[in-house]
Amino acid sequence: MTILRSIAAFVCGLVFSFGLILGGMLDPARVLAFLDLAGVWNPSLMFVLGGAVCVAFAGVRLARCLKRPVLDETFALPTARQIDAPLVVGSCLFGLGWGMAGFCPGPAVASVGAGVWQGCVFTAAMLAGMLVFERVKPAR
Amino acid sequence: MSSLSIITQYWPNLAGGMLIGLACAAYLLFDGRIAGISGILGRVLAGRPFLPGAAFLAGLMAGPGLWRLITGAWPAVHVQASWPVLVVAGLLVGFGTRMGSGCTSGHGVMGLARLSPRSMVAVCCFLGTGVLCASVFHLAGWR
Repeated sequence: MTILRSIAAFVCGLVFSFGLILGGMLDPARVLAFLDLAGVWNPSLMFVLGGAVCVAFAGVRLARCLKRPVLDETFALPTARQIDAPLVVGSCLFGLGWGMAGFCPGPAVASVGAGVWQGCVFTAAMLAGMLVFERVKPAR
Repeated sequence: MSSLSIITQYWPNLAGGMLIGLACAAYLLFDGRIAGISGILGRVLAGRPFLPGAAFLAGLMAGPGLWRLITGAWPAVHVQASWPVLVVAGLLVGFGTRMGSGCTSGHGVMGLARLSPRSMVAVCCFLGTGVLCASVFHLAGWR
C-alpha cells in the first residue's frame, strides 16, 4: 500500500507542478508582478489561486462523503483551531520573504527540478530556515 | 477590457490553477493528506515518516523536466533577486511557513478550500506583508 500511496503522491506532485508551470507561477517575476503594487500590475496569481481553490473545494466536499481515503486507513487533517500568535507572526514573516524574491515553497522546489541556480540557493536557505525553526520551536 | 478578453488573456492561469486544485483534491482523496509543500518539507526534515510526502516532492521536481520533454522548452523562470536577497528571503520563507504551519498551498489552496478560519487569517497575513515587501523593494530600488 505504501508503494501505491507513493505512486499516487508522485502523480499528484507532477500534476501540481504542471499546474504551476501552466499558470506561470514557476516564474517569480510573474508572482512579483502581482504582489508589487508600485509596478505594472499583473493579476495572474489571482486567477491561479481562484481556479485552484474552486477545484480543491469540490475535492474537500467529495472527501467528506468518504469514510477513509482510497489508499489509506484514515485522513490526516490539521486539528488546530485557535488563531494564535505563531500563526500570525509566522505567516507575516513568510510574506516578507515571498515579497522579496517572489518564491514560495512549491515553485522553489519545482525550480530546483528546472535546474535554476537561484531556485537552488533559495531552496537551500529555505530548508535552513525550517531547520532553525525545528531547533527553536517551543515544545508542544 | 471586456470580460471576454480577460478570459482569453488569463485562461492559462485559470487552467493551471485548476490543475493545482485537482492535484490537491486527488492527494486528499487518495492519500488522505493536505498537499502543503512547507508541511511536507518540514516533516521530511524533522525525520518523521517521509512517504508519501517525499514522493509528492519528487513529482513536483520532475515536472519541469517532463514539461521540457513534451513542449521542447523549459518553463520561464525570471529571477531578479541577487543571491544575498535570495538567502534572506529563503530563510524567512522557511522559518515563517513552519512557524505559521503552512504556505501558499497548505493555507492558500487547501486551507481556503476547507474554509478554515486559521488559513484565512494566514492568507491575509502573507498576502499583506508580501504586497508590502514587494512594493517597498520596488520603490526603494532594491530590485
